[in-house]
Amino acid sequence: MSSIAVSTTINGDDVEYLCQADETLLDVLRNRLGLMGSKEGCGTGDCGACSTIMDGRVVCSCLVLGAEAQGRSIETIEGMANGSELHPLQTKFIEHAALQCGICTPGFLMAAKALLDVNPEPTEEEIRFWLAGNLCRCTGYDKIVRAVQAAAAEMRGEAA
Amino acid sequence: MSFDAAYQSQKLKSVGTRPLRPDGVDKVTGRARYGADFNMPGQLVARVLRSPHAHARIVRMDTGAAEALKGVKAVVTAADLPDLTNGDAELFAVLDNCMARTKALYDGHAVAAVAAIDERTAKQALKLIEVEYEILPHVVDVDAAMVADAPILNDELFTGGVDPKPDTPSNVANRAEFGHGDVDAGFAEADFIVERSYKTEQTHQGYIEPHACVASCNPDGTAELWVCTQGHFVFRQNCADLLGLEVSKLRVTSSEIGGGFGGKTHVWAEPVALALSRKAGRPVKLVMSRDEVFRASGPTSATSIDVKIGAKADGKITAAMATLRYSSGPYPGMWAELGAMTSFACYDLENVKTVGFEVIVNRPKVAAYRAPSAPMAAFAVESAIDELAQKLGVNAVELRIKNAAREGTKSSYGPVYGPIGIGPTLEAAQSHPHMSAPLGKNQGRGMACGFWFNFGGQTCSDLNVNADGTVALAVGTVDVGGSRASLSLIAAEELGIDYKDVKAVVADTATLGYNDMTDGSRGTFSSSMATISAARNAIAIMRARAALTWDIPVEDVYWEDGHAKAAGTKYGNLSPLSVRDIAAESGNTGGPIAGHSELVADGAGVSFATHICDVEVDPETGATSIIRYTVIQDAGKAVHPSYVEGQYQGGAAQGIGWALNEEYIYGADGRLQNSGFLDYRIPVCSDLPMIDTQILEIPNPNHPYGVRGVGETSIVPPLAATANAVSNAVGVRMSHIPMSPPRILAALNAERD
Repeated sequence: MSSIAVSTTINGDDVEYLCQADETLLDVLRNRLGLMGSKEGCGTGDCGACSTIMDGRVVCSCLVLGAEAQGRSIETIEGMANGSELHPLQTKFIEHAALQCGICTPGFLMAAKALLDVNPEPTEEEIRFWLAGNLCRCTGYDKIVRAVQAAAAEMRGEAA
Repeated sequence: MSFDAAYQSQKLKSVGTRPLRPDGVDKVTGRARYGADFNMPGQLVARVLRSPHAHARIVRMDTGAAEALKGVKAVVTAADLPDLTNGDAELFAVLDNCMARTKALYDGHAVAAVAAIDERTAKQALKLIEVEYEILPHVVDVDAAMVADAPILNDELFTGGVDPKPDTPSNVANRAEFGHGDVDAGFAEADFIVERSYKTEQTHQGYIEPHACVASCNPDGTAELWVCTQGHFVFRQNCADLLGLEVSKLRVTSSEIGGGFGGKTHVWAEPVALALSRKAGRPVKLVMSRDEVFRASGPTSATSIDVKIGAKADGKITAAMATLRYSSGPYPGMWAELGAMTSFACYDLENVKTVGFEVIVNRPKVAAYRAPSAPMAAFAVESAIDELAQKLGVNAVELRIKNAAREGTKSSYGPVYGPIGIGPTLEAAQSHPHMSAPLGKNQGRGMACGFWFNFGGQTCSDLNVNADGTVALAVGTVDVGGSRASLSLIAAEELGIDYKDVKAVVADTATLGYNDMTDGSRGTFSSSMATISAARNAIAIMRARAALTWDIPVEDVYWEDGHAKAAGTKYGNLSPLSVRDIAAESGNTGGPIAGHSELVADGAGVSFATHICDVEVDPETGATSIIRYTVIQDAGKAVHPSYVEGQYQGGAAQGIGWALNEEYIYGADGRLQNSGFLDYRIPVCSDLPMIDTQILEIPNPNHPYGVRGVGETSIVPPLAATANAVSNAVGVRMSHIPMSPPRILAALNAERD
């Protein structure tokens, strides 16, 4: 099978790669580009561990083909911090003990970032439904929701 | 060096605080490396061929075409994993489960595996392997497997624990009985008796990270294994045994682990990956798909349980009995035995008897799942206790308090309890505002108790004092939920230094002595004990170094607040020496400073919890919402309270999923029909409310700081708490878990008819 050449933007950088027609964006990120922060928990779009942001929208990168990234802008967990300065969501996840094993954490952070990008003041219910596509088996979600609330407050300039 | 583990009441400075976890930044930036995040030069990709049949004899297998495919470097079958188990039935079951030998025993049972240059080639090769099966009758239901004419899975299996020894094979692997007193006499004394049968369905641990490993066998007989596991030392032993390797030549490194909950305590793919690597002469990466995780890695038991409880009119229980049948997959385990031991552990009973039957079925080999076997037994018993309260017309909490076990109670499984937390958790529940909050239409409240043993076990730690006075702590228990933070707190506490000056890592099998795995809630309990011991050994050395520096007898040097101090006044004004001071001089006083510890962590304190659950049930659809949930549990001493709360909340959420949704669904053909997260639905964020927690601290007398394991007990009460809440909401006793909408509607309809 011949490869497809793709030009795209990942975390603000121009990136080019070759991929197979049936290869997922997740496999491209992990296996071709070394961006292994996105995790595969199911490969069928049910767990959200591979959540990335494509042109501002959360997608399961296991359900996007590598070839579909052509001309798009992709954000992954590796681009979330600004150098050594963590994003408020990253800081609050650590402070609120919102992760235990941590395998779901990159996906939750990407999904939560996409939420706060469009809704800086979400209610608890809005957070819970927005994050319903991301599975966590360790925390029972309590501390994740609180971390997102705290990050949102901090980003709005309120005392957390 | 001898180590005194006895609890000493003291003011703790570090333990009980909530610092940031050391692995936090790695995990929020995507840098933490899990099982699938590791690669080696020249690595191949492996895929496993699995039986599509629930029970079938493997008549013939031809791997020739697969081997001939360009890019395929090795194909293995059972022939490549010869039986080296030397009569060890348990180990043979592990081997047979890794790769079916003569029969496939469940849908998903591995029959062959391929290593190729890429995944596409490996998958293509699987299709070229020809397997001729003779399909045999199968049985997947625990009760159906026990009847006289059930298909027999193993002609060599005769029921153990019965006298005389049976002369015909059976799917009932074992009978185990516990209890004391005379239950017949006890029931004769009772004014009221409740009796009911219960069922629970099989669930999966549901860790988000599929099993993954990278295996590399070298031509010189050494080998390396990178793997997500709860116990790399145990995996090393199992893999070495199954492959005929010397233990010292196999180095196992545990990756970050993306959830385990008991499910990553057994080898599945690892011996296969090693066999492929050995045959191909190259490193091999094997990652399970989610479908494979469900079909072939350890679920919990399905159960069928009968409970009978009798009480006097004043609420005093006179007799309690349970018969418990647990499925164990196609190989015997000890699941029914654990269920029988835990059933009535919360109560002080004069007459109690439990009988467990271990039943083999054509389903995946059962693995531990968080307090394994206890949640189902608790569901049945705590439902019956609730029903008894209603029959007696007494408050359900008061009935439990009246009969609760206490210090000195002979437990239903044998031992006499020391100080325990069941009474205090019940009293805390009774006075909790949740218990008296008003309920709305279609809403109900339930509560339930739970018990788990907690394990100790073999543990080894190294504590190295660096030249700058900071401390490197190497532990051998895998960190499944924040234990590196807890153990760093423990080291800081014992040495009297700052938490930030301690860095804990999980060492690999080549760099630390043997450790049992992280199971039985033992990670923080046992490794903290080893860490305290190692720290005390390091302190002994630092005292000696201070004595040398001051040129005074070591007996006159004591340790306080992170400093060596000269005792009394006879040495004048010697300034205390800090860890930093002593470490800085270590090169001149005898070299590096380290404390080692090897111990068996005896005395894990038993653990109890009480949960309160409010639900709302939609009478039209049968759908249940959890509207409020409270966990009250004894931690002994909460080392890092945030992660203790996390264990409480996580266990509750898993139990709620088990109670309401999660279940393995098999077709008539014995094939699993819901091997994905879409159809096997674990709780999502919008399904749950905040989960309130209350940590009680009743010190464990057998740990210096009073620590008990906290990881598992939280999953024990939720099945019953939720079932009691639903039963109270709909007015019908729910006796079959999960209470999925169709099951609730069916119960409501049956009640109307």
